[in-house]
Amino acid sequence: MKGFVLAIVFVAVLFLGNAFLTGGLVPGFSVSPYFLQVVSLAGINIILAVSLNLINGFTGQFSIGHAGFMAIGAYVSAYVTAAFGDRIRGAVGMLPPAFQNSVLLLIALGIAAACAAVAGFLVGVPSLRLRGDYLAIVTLGFGEIIRVFILNIDAVGGARGFSGIPRLANFAWIYLFAGATILVVSRIVRSSFGRTLVAIREDEIAAEAMGVNTTRAKVISFVVSSAMAGVAGGLFAHYLMYVHTNSFTFIKSFEIIIMIVIGGLGSITGSVLGAVLYIVLTEGLRQFAQYRMVLFSLLLIVIMIVRPQGILGHRELRSFFARRRRVEPVPPPVAG
Amino acid sequence: MTTFLQQLVNGLSLGSIYALIALGYTMVYGVLRLINFAHGDVYMLGAYVGYFLSRRLRGAEPSLPRALVVMLGAMLACALVGIIIERFAYRPVRRAARLTLLITAIGVSLFIENAAQLVFGPDPKFFPSLAPRADFHVGGVRLTSEQLTVIAVSFLLMVLLRFFILKTRTGKAMRAVSFNLDAAKLMGISTDKIIAITFALGSALAAAAGVLIGMQIPKIDPLMGILYGLKAFVAAVLGGIGNVPGAVIGGLLIGTSEVMVVGYLSSTFRDAIAFGILILVLLLRPQGILGRAQKEKV
Amino acid sequence: MRVAVEDDQSKPEEAATAVTKLINQNHVVAMLGEVSSSRSLAAAPICQANNVPMISPSSTNPRVTQVGDYIFRVCFTDPFQAEVGARIAWEILKVKKVAILSDVRNDYSVGLQTFFRQHFKGFGGEIVAEQSYSEGDSDFRAQLTQIKSANPEAIYVPGYYTEVATIARQARELGISVPLIGGDGWDSPRLWEIGGEALNGCYFSNHYSVDDPSPAVQKFVSDYKKRYNQTPDALAALGYDAARILSDAMKRAGTTRGDKVRDALLGTKDFQGVTGTITINKERNAVKPAVVLKIENGKFNYMTTVKPTGT
Repeated sequence: MKGFVLAIVFVAVLFLGNAFLTGGLVPGFSVSPYFLQVVSLAGINIILAVSLNLINGFTGQFSIGHAGFMAIGAYVSAYVTAAFGDRIRGAVGMLPPAFQNSVLLLIALGIAAACAAVAGFLVGVPSLRLRGDYLAIVTLGFGEIIRVFILNIDAVGGARGFSGIPRLANFAWIYLFAGATILVVSRIVRSSFGRTLVAIREDEIAAEAMGVNTTRAKVISFVVSSAMAGVAGGLFAHYLMYVHTNSFTFIKSFEIIIMIVIGGLGSITGSVLGAVLYIVLTEGLRQFAQYRMVLFSLLLIVIMIVRPQGILGHRELRSFFARRRRVEPVPPPVAG
Repeated sequence: MTTFLQQLVNGLSLGSIYALIALGYTMVYGVLRLINFAHGDVYMLGAYVGYFLSRRLRGAEPSLPRALVVMLGAMLACALVGIIIERFAYRPVRRAARLTLLITAIGVSLFIENAAQLVFGPDPKFFPSLAPRADFHVGGVRLTSEQLTVIAVSFLLMVLLRFFILKTRTGKAMRAVSFNLDAAKLMGISTDKIIAITFALGSALAAAAGVLIGMQIPKIDPLMGILYGLKAFVAAVLGGIGNVPGAVIGGLLIGTSEVMVVGYLSSTFRDAIAFGILILVLLLRPQGILGRAQKEKV
Repeated sequence: MRVAVEDDQSKPEEAATAVTKLINQNHVVAMLGEVSSSRSLAAAPICQANNVPMISPSSTNPRVTQVGDYIFRVCFTDPFQAEVGARIAWEILKVKKVAILSDVRNDYSVGLQTFFRQHFKGFGGEIVAEQSYSEGDSDFRAQLTQIKSANPEAIYVPGYYTEVATIARQARELGISVPLIGGDGWDSPRLWEIGGEALNGCYFSNHYSVDDPSPAVQKFVSDYKKRYNQTPDALAALGYDAARILSDAMKRAGTTRGDKVRDALLGTKDFQGVTGTITINKERNAVKPAVVLKIENGKFNYMTTVKPTGT
């Protein structure tokens, strides 16, 4: 009951906040849409990072194909709104237009998540039998195959990209789903299933010996993670109104990995921190764009050498809230 | 039929490049159990060193000695790069979890790519002619001297490598390290030195591939190593990772199938075919064509 | 007038962010850009939503200006350019069998390929082979080998110069000696640097030619050389025209308000630009001629001007 009330308050705050920020609440006050866009894209990154952390950080299965599932979500949801948007709106015609759009977005995102989950299942079942670097390469390969596949579908624009997507997502929707992602992942991690995942990460053979069906657990975690990436892709498409396969190369997957590695593999707050840090640095270093990736890659190497667990490490794993209170507001400095 | 044979020649010359790069993957994987993501970028650096060397030597007409100088120079420079990468990036994390090693490798790869874009500029560069060129006709099939050079040089280097690994003391030590690093150390083998030599050798072969691709394509750019590297890795897995003749067979197979797919199906599947093969291999015969199955030890 | 500049690193999503920043942080009243069609398509909806007129200097894809009534262009469109390409093959080279080698990852190239096929078949010609590559590829032997086996009399290669020059070299190595035909993506001094003799006798359509004797072109070329110490390419000329058409429209509108500037832009008629006489039509596209250039020993020689047939 308490959780339900909290959820309602969270949603209300988000939508009121959105109205406030865009100038719909207090006349004459609004933040810059550029700022709002950066913050919103950070929210999408949070979904991507937290969901990838479930598989890479908590289950210990190194996947580099996350952008592929994001692409599926983006294209599927865009296709749903473009092809069936009017029919869905018509079916709920009795609602006011803003609610019609919300219904449409939710349906599109739901289908996007389902398709990404199915793809995650199809990719996961064969490849999760592999370990470590092999899995990394295979997921990278699948990610690229998904992209090449989309590129060859003319109905979604092929090489031209998919344009004319209505702007259904906004700041509030993105953070609603970011919040939901964080909630779901932290619930999973704290459940007994989550302990199974961590057991697999720590020692897969030992976990198997203890009677854990490791393949099943890994596939479930992979499917959930893919579905969330699908939602992120759907929000991305309905926020930017245009998608192109060039946005979903393995470079994008690498970017998400950088986020979770900086923040800490196996730490949800770490992923959030990493995602925010990444976008702050990206936008902050806009004038030095060509040095930006050099810096990130160096950071990645240095972190691996001096603090391979990332800024937060596994820190909030055991008692998320208690730890966070102690750690915040200043995150611990990177140990030298 | 002529078209098919011509495509076969095209495929073999592309495959030789993959094979040369694949050797570096296979050797490093053998000693460290690491996919050296940065290996493709070393190949790119090799091409650039070759490019700048050949610009330096301008004035001279295309000649064989000149091509040889460029090739050896690039190989030497990249051997050094390989040693540096191993010393400063991989050695500090060698004892850490394999995931840490893998992320470090990704970091090194991203670093080389982006630093190269900064230093060389993102625009592609084009190799000048290095060696005198001629075309040969064999029953309607056209063989350019570049293609023949690529195939010949690749095979020469592979034979030399095979000899080195099988017949020399260092090669023997390398095999010992690859079999069991700790046991090799206990036997008094200087494992650090052997690992460094392995990186140097692999990187030199990649540099040779870079110069050869520059001679025949002749376009080079800072990101060229990504896809070539990945496909060469697939070649190494296909042949059986850790296995030298396997890498060669894998490279030739990947190159040929890629060319055939582009020629007879569609170029859009060019990059998907290698990954498709990889997935099939890992599902059906994870140890590769020539590899031996190994059970994970507890 | 002040100019604010943002770099989008050639990424569609960066283009969207950069444009949002320009409109909201720099409060720009009009947008000049983007160069490529795919990035223009990412930027256009944002300009449209903010009522900021956007003029793309060189996005030739038809869909760019279809985004909305604030989106303009000063270059010709792909359908027209492909028609010019088909006329080069049919009228200048007088060939009947043509092969096409296009870049499937590139909207521009795919567009030209489609319209070229349509026009050339309309003239009565035959497309004997169609092959594709992807932006960034460097090995085209497999495709060229297939094309060679179809014995075309010319090859249409609607791509960008880096790939085109490499394609030309590899084609000659494989013993293909027929001329290649292309579009404005070929325009760069580097084309010859890379391709060299392999390009002799090839044709392409372009926005303007530095050899065009018209005084407007000659003045632009000499002014540009004085200032930047290099020969202006078509992109420079188009950017120049885009900026001049915008300032002309602002002058006529007497204000920088988006809707007024848009109306003034729509009224652009017979504007004497460096890249020809430009009229903006109802679809916000530029109606203007194209030039045909022939490559001979490192020079892009002006052959003829092709005027648009319709409006």
